[in-house]
Amino acid sequence: MDDIVTEGLTKSYASGWPRRPPFVALDGLSLNVRRGEIFGFLGPNGAGKTTTLKILLGLVRATSGQAYLLGQPAGDVAARGRIGFLPESPYFYDYLTAEEFLGFYGQLAGLNRAAIYQRVEDLLGLVGLAEARTRQLRKFSKGMLQRVGLAQALIHDPELIILDEPMTGLDPVGRKQVRDLILSLRDRGKTVFFSTHILHDVEMICDRVGIVMKGRLVASGRVDELVRQDHTQSVEVVCQQLKVEGNALIHSLASRVLQQGQQCLIVLPNSDAVDALVGEIRRQGGRLLSVTPHKASLEDLFFQEATQQTSRPLPHMTSGRVS
Amino acid sequence: MGAISVIALNAFRESLRDKILYNLVLFAGLLIGLSVLLADLSITEHHKVIADMGLAAINLIGVIIAIFVGISLVNKEIERRTIYTIMARPISRASFIMGKYLGLSLTLFVNMTIMLAVFLLTLGLYHVPIQPSIFQAVALIFVEIMVVTAIALFFSTFTSTTLSAIFTLGLYVIGHLTADLRTVVATSESGPIKSLIELLYYLSPNLEMLNLKGQAAVGVAAAPEYVMMAALYGFMYAGVLLIGACLIFQQRDF
Ligand SMILES: Nc1ncnc2c1ncn2[C@@H]1O[C@H](COP(=O)(O)OP(=O)(O)OP(=O)(O)O)[C@@H](O)[C@H]1O
Ligand SMILES: [Mg+2]
Repeated sequence: MDDIVTEGLTKSYASGWPRRPPFVALDGLSLNVRRGEIFGFLGPNGAGKTTTLKILLGLVRATSGQAYLLGQPAGDVAARGRIGFLPESPYFYDYLTAEEFLGFYGQLAGLNRAAIYQRVEDLLGLVGLAEARTRQLRKFSKGMLQRVGLAQALIHDPELIILDEPMTGLDPVGRKQVRDLILSLRDRGKTVFFSTHILHDVEMICDRVGIVMKGRLVASGRVDELVRQDHTQSVEVVCQQLKVEGNALIHSLASRVLQQGQQCLIVLPNSDAVDALVGEIRRQGGRLLSVTPHKASLEDLFFQEATQQTSRPLPHMTSGRVS
Repeated sequence: MGAISVIALNAFRESLRDKILYNLVLFAGLLIGLSVLLADLSITEHHKVIADMGLAAINLIGVIIAIFVGISLVNKEIERRTIYTIMARPISRASFIMGKYLGLSLTLFVNMTIMLAVFLLTLGLYHVPIQPSIFQAVALIFVEIMVVTAIALFFSTFTSTTLSAIFTLGLYVIGHLTADLRTVVATSESGPIKSLIELLYYLSPNLEMLNLKGQAAVGVAAAPEYVMMAALYGFMYAGVLLIGACLIFQQRDF
C-alpha cells in the first residue's frame, strides 16, 4: 500500500448562518503518495492544501471519504509516531529554548535522553541553528522558527514527512537548504509530502505533483509528464545591430518583437521557425546573442488550470464565505 | 502515561516561566502580612483573624489561578496553533487534556504549598497555636481548586475563553450557594423556575462541603471521615468533568 492514500476526501465547514449551505473546502480529493517519493502538493491560496494535511494528521475530521497513512487510518495515534509534521507558519511554545523545544518533542515521540541529546545536536546543526541553541523561541525570527519547526518534524527520524509550505519565510539560502534536505531525506528512503504555491520548488525536486484547486485535484502525475502535455513552446531570440523595422519576414515569423536600444528581442511561438529567423538575421548583418527555448513549465499549466477553474463557477462560490 | 507526564511537566514549566504565578505568591504574602497588621489592632480575636485572613487569601488566590489559567489551558493552544504539532504526535487527545490538567494541578500544588508555608510562618511568628484543623482546611481548599480547574477546563473545550470564565465563575458561586438552592427548591411551588433551580442544584458542585475555613480558624477539627468523604466527592466531581472534557475535545476540529 502507498504511504498516503486518500479516497474521495471531502470537508465542508458549517457556514455559521442558519440558511446558508456549508462551505466546501475539499471536494472528493483522491490521491496517492508512494513510498520513497517526494510529492508536491500544489495549489493557490485557499485551495484546500492545509485542510488536506490537517485531515491526514487527524487534526480535522473529514466530512466524508477516507485517508490512510502508512496503512493506518488518518489520525491513528500509533502511526503518528512514524510521521513528522510541520504546519504552515508554525507557532510554538515561545517560552522554550530551541534545545528544550526539540527535547520536548523528542520526549513526546518517546525517545530516551541520550537519543534526544544526539538528535538535538545533529538537527540544530542541520538547520543552521547551532548558535541559537539556548535562545528562547520568542526571540527567533520567522525564518528561524521555520527552521526549528523543520527540526521538530524530524526529531524522531520519521518514515513519512508532511510539510505545509516548508519554504515560506526562508531566504534564498534557506530555500536551497530545505530543498537539499528534502532530497537527502528521499535518498535515505523517506517519503516526503509537502504543499506549496511555489512552482519552481516543485519543478526542481518533486518526483510527482498534485495540483489542487478549489478543493479538487485537477491534475497529478510526474512533473515531466504534466509539462509535456502542453506543446506550445516559445523561443526567445536576442540579437544586435539588426534593423527589424519594416522586415516583413521577421514580423511574420515572430509573435512579438521588442527593440531595446541596440538589442532586439524576438519571440517565436514555437521552435519550427528558428532556422529561418537565424538565417534572416545573418543575411541582414545582425549579430546573434542568444536563442533560449522557453520550455512550457508547470507554471503555464498552473495558470491554465487556474483560469479554466475561475471561468467555471462552482456551486459553492455563490454562497461560500471566505474567512 | 509517558506522554501525559511529558505534557504535564511542560505545562508546569510554562507556568513557572509565567511571571503571574510569582506575583500571586507575592500577593499571598502581602495578604497574610495585612492579616497580621489587623490582628495587632483587634485585641480579643487576634488569633482568629490571622487564621481567617490567611486561609481566605490562600483560597482566593488558588481559585483565581485555577479559573484564569484553567480557561486558557486548552483554548490558548488552539488559538496560538501550538496544538498542531502536539496533536501530530503519538498522543491521544484525552492524554493531552489529562496532561494539561495534571500540569496545572502540579502548579497549584506547588503554589499552595508555598502559600501554606508562608502562612504557617506567620502563625508561628505571632505564637498562634498551629492546629491540625488548619491542614484539614487547606487540604479541602486544594480539593476545591482541583474541582474549579476541572470546571474551567471543561468549559474551555467547547466555548471561548470569555464564556468559559463567566460559566466557571458562575458555577463556583452557585456551588457555594447549593444549601440555599435546596431551600428554594423545597419551598417554591412547582413550575419551570423551580425545575431550573432543581437542575442547577443537582448539576452544581457542593463547594460549601469543602469549606472548613470557619471552624479551622477557631481550631475546631472535623472528623477525618468527613474530610475523606468530602475529598472523595470533590475528586469524583472533577473526574466526571474531565471525562466530559475529553469526550468533547475528541470531537473538535483544529
Ligand atoms: N475552520 C474553517 N472554517 C471555515 N472555513 C475554513 C476553515 N478552515 C479553512 N477554511 C476554508 O477552506 C478553504 C481551504 O483552506 P486551506 O487553509 O486548506 O487553504 P490552503 O490551500 O492551505 O491555502 P494557503 O495557500 O493560503 O495556505 C479556504 O477557503 C478557507 O477559507
Ligand atoms: Mg495553507
